[in-house]
Amino acid sequence: MAVAARFMGRIGRLFVMLYRRNLKFRLGFTIILILLILGFLSFFSPTNTRTWYVVPRDRPPSLEYPFGTSSMGRDLFWELCASIRNSLTIAFVTAMIASHVGLFLGFMAGIRGGIIDRILMFLTDTFIIIPGLPLLMVVTTVLKRYLTIPFLGMLISIVSWPWPSRQVRSMVLSLRERTFIHTARLSGMSTSKVILRELMPYVLGWHLVNFTNTILFSIGTESGLAILGLSILDDNTLGVMIYWALNWGYALFRGIWWWLATPVVTLVLTFVSFYLVSIGINEYVHRLVR
Amino acid sequence: MSEQYMLRVINLSKFFGYGFLGRIKFPAVDNVSFDMEYKPKIFTVAGESGCGKSTLARIILGILEPSEGTVVYKGRNIYSLKSEERRWFHREVQAIFQDPYDTFNPLRKVDAYLYETAKNILGLKNSKDIEEIVDTVLRKVGLSLEEVRGKYPSEFSGGQLQRVSIARALIPGPKLMVADEPVSMIDASMRMNILNMFKELKEGEDISFIYITHDLATAYYISDEIAIMYRGVIVEMGPADEVLLKRYHPYTKALIESLPEPSRRDDWLTKRVKPPGMEVKEFIMPGCKYADICPYREDICEKRPIMFNVGNVKVSCWLYR
Amino acid sequence: MEPSLITENLKAGYKLSTMEFQKEVEIYVDAVSGVSLTLGRNEIFGIAGESGCGKSTLIKVIYGYYEPSLILRDGSVRLYGRKGEEFDIVKLDRIRLQRDVWWKHISYIPQSSMNILNPTMRIRDHFAEILKIHRGMEKDEAYREAGKYLESMGLPIDALSAFPHQLSGGMRQRVVIALALLLEPSLVLADEPSSALDVINQKVVLTLLREKQEELKNTVVIVSHDMGVHGVLSDRMAIMYAGKIVEICDTTEIFWKPLHPYTKALIESLPRLGDKSKRIGLGGAPPDLRNPPPGCRFHPRCPYVMPVCSKADPPLREVKNNRYAACWLYSETVEAI
Repeated sequence: MAVAARFMGRIGRLFVMLYRRNLKFRLGFTIILILLILGFLSFFSPTNTRTWYVVPRDRPPSLEYPFGTSSMGRDLFWELCASIRNSLTIAFVTAMIASHVGLFLGFMAGIRGGIIDRILMFLTDTFIIIPGLPLLMVVTTVLKRYLTIPFLGMLISIVSWPWPSRQVRSMVLSLRERTFIHTARLSGMSTSKVILRELMPYVLGWHLVNFTNTILFSIGTESGLAILGLSILDDNTLGVMIYWALNWGYALFRGIWWWLATPVVTLVLTFVSFYLVSIGINEYVHRLVR
Repeated sequence: MSEQYMLRVINLSKFFGYGFLGRIKFPAVDNVSFDMEYKPKIFTVAGESGCGKSTLARIILGILEPSEGTVVYKGRNIYSLKSEERRWFHREVQAIFQDPYDTFNPLRKVDAYLYETAKNILGLKNSKDIEEIVDTVLRKVGLSLEEVRGKYPSEFSGGQLQRVSIARALIPGPKLMVADEPVSMIDASMRMNILNMFKELKEGEDISFIYITHDLATAYYISDEIAIMYRGVIVEMGPADEVLLKRYHPYTKALIESLPEPSRRDDWLTKRVKPPGMEVKEFIMPGCKYADICPYREDICEKRPIMFNVGNVKVSCWLYR
Repeated sequence: MEPSLITENLKAGYKLSTMEFQKEVEIYVDAVSGVSLTLGRNEIFGIAGESGCGKSTLIKVIYGYYEPSLILRDGSVRLYGRKGEEFDIVKLDRIRLQRDVWWKHISYIPQSSMNILNPTMRIRDHFAEILKIHRGMEKDEAYREAGKYLESMGLPIDALSAFPHQLSGGMRQRVVIALALLLEPSLVLADEPSSALDVINQKVVLTLLREKQEELKNTVVIVSHDMGVHGVLSDRMAIMYAGKIVEICDTTEIFWKPLHPYTKALIESLPRLGDKSKRIGLGGAPPDLRNPPPGCRFHPRCPYVMPVCSKADPPLREVKNNRYAACWLYSETVEAI
């Protein structure tokens, strides 16, 4: 447990340093913060965002309805907050599972080598080859009744764990040959200590970047599935909002642009902010490792 | 069971695969044998890059498992040690590597390794004890804990960092140090300090060294015994003076004659030597590996020569049958 | 002595930006600090020194090859061709250098042959390219010329059809030397030409350099940290320390009776076969060129240090005929500072 605390401490310090030094990180993180606040506000939503015809329909943005209302009779502002919350939850679940499973398996394969490596890589390659989106399309269709927000996050992680697994493995393989690993061994350090103290500092930077990128990937994937009608259509996510606005409401045709603009602009902002954060971390880590 | 020899390397071979699917095996180390007595000595393994000396060093250190043969240290086969005995082995045998900046993790502070060694191998728990012993050993190499504490590898010069590396290896109180090209990345003016230190450690602390190098001049300077390696095989072995000055084996002769020697400037040009050819092909040759470019080649050289005794020197060449 | 190269008070270094206390600062690494040299025709001139002394930077400046962070602060480099053409290297831009000067009047042999050889081109095409651009030869004629040329250097003709990676390191280095000498430039710069090779290949390469120099009678500059290489190759030598030239004289004299304390220490620390007497190395470390010490840059490590040494930087002065040293020990009048 002390190890976990140290880990968290290190990440915390990293964040503070990044925020102060890197403009891109600062910008991205600020936007994410705003999104998180909006997502948090959704818990205090006065209207139910999952039912229809709660408020007058098709009202343009005004003081009473900051982002306007949709043809489904929902206050877009509150609907947006709920969507942000759900989209981010899905993304977070995916990233937590996929990047850590990948990290663990990558280490296993890289350190143990031999037959364990071969089995793991066989598994990994199998999943890499299977096209992700079509697989998800089939799975979400079949399991439509059981889809919940967290579960959807887990499903998307099925197609995102192989990539980090391969990457971490190759990092570990090349680091293993460095002289300081021999020095660590000759200093009596156990394998777990070698992993933690020698290898982790190198891998951690990449891991954070990968975590952020997986969040991006997951948001994008869920939105893609939603637009195809394969997400949880009676709940709120950014993708689902776009689905209804495009496919059911013909928002653009009918001039109700605020209905489509709200989720689209938010989606773009979400992407950009996470991307900036990812680049910021990457720049910093690269400088460190040189 | 008392052993006559501290270290015995017996018929050691290591094969690496290359080519498609790694099918073709070539011997980086090919049936190498030598012994070291308990009396502290500096034993040099000399050869060009690619001759297998670094591979040999790793096998002796217990880092790389051999394909054939055994390494026996103080009566025990080092590749069948149990974990307790492994700790003992790391106490007795330590290493110094070529690149001091890669010997330590650039992202970690250098003193961390010193503390780790004291903690793990010596079993010290009290941080005061640990610091005391680290400081004592650092002073032996001309540094102190004050100077080293909290610094990253990039904050040291090459010579200083290599000395820290030596200090780390000295902490457990080893009896055998394997030094793989310890001074080739150090500036010429600072090399001698480190080599002199090896000599002092041999005499003052009774530590034996296996010194791996391609530089015959430094080899001459500190070695008691020397083995010349060529393409994975020991071609000549014996007391350093005799081997380097008498030069029985044709390869040794060619090596020494190629050394730039300022005092023989004018006739240095006239003695022509033939350079070695494609490397991997030579590794797999069945007979004498040097036969391809040897000026004394005969028919019998198609067979691997055995070791002949010439004076105190063992030479692997049919010329001496 | 008719000069082939004159450098005057060359000052060059690297501009780097690092992080210091959460701010980005720009620092200047003073790699070459006021180097003035005059090289004659028909000589092999050696530049010796350890890592970080600035010799590689000096060569790059003489060649006119500036990587992104290398800048020239002051000084001039004048090159004289075989027929007396004069080139002010510092003032020429990259395009003019590539077109008129490089390969024709000055050549550069790097430490690693793969810095010059294109891994996707056969050896014969390397020759063809140079011959086409500078002599206007067509491919077939160029191939023939290349074949004849390699033969004259003792290299096998079938090396022509090979790709660089198919040749051994020693062979590649000899090919690079052949390329460098193809158009018979008046000045050849060799930066650690044999350091990456094993001892036997080293001898082959160095022998080749010496023989070609005797044949073409041009100026060859050998940069090497290995004093042994200078001992068998260089006619005259300069010793560099921390960006400055501290001694210039004939090679044999340097080995017999070095003047500068640094040269002395360097020679004394060389192990020689057949000599087991104790060698003593230098203490300390070379100075940090971002903040070089005041006065003579060697004074913190010098066994003969005097009070003036930390105050004033000794100029490179002629001590005896044609022997130069930058040391207050050899100054008759030391101006009181």
